[in-house]
Amino acid sequence: MSQKKNNGTLVTKINSSDVRVFYDQAEALHGVDLEIYENSVTALIGPSGCGKSTFLRCINRMNDVIEGCRITGKITLDNEDIYDKGLDVVQLREKVGMVFQKPNPFPKSIYDNIAYGPQIHGLAQNRQEMDEIVENSLKKAGLFEEVKDRLNSPGTGLSGGQQQRLCIARAIAVNPEVILMDEPCSALDPIATAKIEELIHELRQNYTIVIVTHSMQQAARVSQRTAFFHMGDLVEVGDTDDIFVRPEDKRTQDYITGRFG
Amino acid sequence: MFPYLLAAILLISLSGFYIGRKQASNLRSQTKLHSLPQYHGYFIALWCGIPTILLILLWTALEPVLLGSLIRSHLESQSGGLTPTDYVIMTEEVRNLAAGVALGTQDPLILETAEWMRSLQQSSQWSMVVVTILLAMLIMAFTRSKVAPGFKARHGVELLFNGFLFISSTIAILTTIGIVLSLIFETFRFFELVPITEFLFGLKWYPQIAIRADQVAGDGAWGAIPVFSGTLLISFVAMIVAGPIGLMSAIYFSEYASPKMRGWTKPILEILAGIPTVVYGFFAALTLAPLVRDGGIAIGLEVEARSALAAGLVMGVMIIPFISSLSDDVINAVPQTLRDGSYAMGATKSETIRQVIIPAALPGIVGAFLLAISRAIGETMIVAMAAGLNANLTLNPLENVTTVTVQIVVALIGDQEFDDPKTLSAFALGLVLFIVTLILNVVALAIVKKYREKYD
Repeated sequence: MSQKKNNGTLVTKINSSDVRVFYDQAEALHGVDLEIYENSVTALIGPSGCGKSTFLRCINRMNDVIEGCRITGKITLDNEDIYDKGLDVVQLREKVGMVFQKPNPFPKSIYDNIAYGPQIHGLAQNRQEMDEIVENSLKKAGLFEEVKDRLNSPGTGLSGGQQQRLCIARAIAVNPEVILMDEPCSALDPIATAKIEELIHELRQNYTIVIVTHSMQQAARVSQRTAFFHMGDLVEVGDTDDIFVRPEDKRTQDYITGRFG
Repeated sequence: MFPYLLAAILLISLSGFYIGRKQASNLRSQTKLHSLPQYHGYFIALWCGIPTILLILLWTALEPVLLGSLIRSHLESQSGGLTPTDYVIMTEEVRNLAAGVALGTQDPLILETAEWMRSLQQSSQWSMVVVTILLAMLIMAFTRSKVAPGFKARHGVELLFNGFLFISSTIAILTTIGIVLSLIFETFRFFELVPITEFLFGLKWYPQIAIRADQVAGDGAWGAIPVFSGTLLISFVAMIVAGPIGLMSAIYFSEYASPKMRGWTKPILEILAGIPTVVYGFFAALTLAPLVRDGGIAIGLEVEARSALAAGLVMGVMIIPFISSLSDDVINAVPQTLRDGSYAMGATKSETIRQVIIPAALPGIVGAFLLAISRAIGETMIVAMAAGLNANLTLNPLENVTTVTVQIVVALIGDQEFDDPKTLSAFALGLVLFIVTLILNVVALAIVKKYREKYD
């Protein structure tokens, strides 16, 4: 594994050391050491079943939900161990939002979809504040103009791309520090994909983003750093420009030139 | 006679199969066949068997009808001036005598006709045997001649199979239509005797008729409202019990219980659904009803021995597994991605259940409740044993009420006359009950279906 030299201005947001994940007895991740920097986009790439989504779900402890899943090693967020016994998972997820592969708006109105998070975390004192949160989140997700006249219609009635931006707005609404994206464009057409990628660019100013993607072009377009996973190993990580132009590992080179995967 | 004939037909079919297969495999050694040899065999066997067996069934069904009308016209031509009822009785007597039941009738006309009928039956039986066996042989000869390399026996078998399945499903549908029609016709007869407005809007239900013309208070009253209100009251009590418990247990089983826990607790709950309703019935009548009454008295309430409360409570217990397992299904059908989405927002389990899962599953849960209500409305045994017979128009669950199903049972128990409003009222009640549960089921299934489409 190689590690590119850090640019002096980058601050480590998330640090994982020797993270191993077991499903029952089978080891799915074989000791991942990865630093993720603040206000940058880190792309996780690799063939199907390589463990990139598994790693992503370790960062907000979504693997806790899965029966028989066990994690060893250490992941810190701002130097705090997120697998510490005393840590409140609910508060961790308030800080680390997530956007899924398939748009999954709740069976509620557009407004209530966004208001759901702020409401359970008590972020708004009154209706007016909630209105502001909803409007701001929708604006940041680039969806406000399209839906401002129908905030009370169901979120499931939007198009696929709009639904995914609604899910991003929903994640932004609780004011997280990190946003995890698990193949957010795999169910979308190229136009909707372009919008989401543009959005990722803008969000980078304020959030730390980790994105899992199957599309190497997407990784190249949106990310500053790229990590290549293969068969449960983190093979190579570095600046996106370097990884795609001068991969150090043979497997990375084979993958990005399309020889397998 | 009948079993032998069937055996003979089956034998012919079976030999048809072997003959066809043999013939086709002989051909196959020389040239290429369209269908495999056994399809030629099946083709012959099915064509020999199915039409002839259908003919036998038809013959057996129509024979008594035709003979009956023949006998009746014979009796009418031999003796004049009797009422139609007399002829019905005479025809029955002839039929019984012909079947060998000794009635001690001395009437020479009847004795002679019975003798004639017996000979008619004999010849009908024999001609049936001859005709069907001949038919089977003829078909076999014809289909055998069809065995040829290019003959599409495989498609023929497919077509016959198709027809057989079609007939089976038609029988099921026709039976349903028949039941509904008989309900409707008998209901019309009831409304000839009792005005429909009285039945639908009357507030008093006294299903009795005068035995003597001058009897005091002999006239019945046929207002069905108290009967239906009783049904609704008991169903309401049942849903108050079953709704929350069923739904909560469904949530527990689908969201909280570990697979191991679920593995052994769910079957136990489903055992509830397997208890015969009559057992629930005597549990209600003998155990719960006295308990409810004593409990009521202890806190100073006046509770009748057979109260709507007792019947409703037990009925509620009966439909718990129904609601629980249907709701469990719809809750499990809520996509995991929605749960993940909610957890990823930092929601706890109960927040996720209340704000995401229940709203998503709501249409399905409503459907489950409607199906459960229609089940409760149609339930008979528990209320027959634990609810009263008194059509009491009340909303107080501590009083004695009756239900539609109980009144139907009462109307049809014991000696009845089929032109008496008491008996016919059962059909009218049954029809209304049928319409109500039908509407509930249709609405419920529509809701459940619409819900399914949303997530599939």
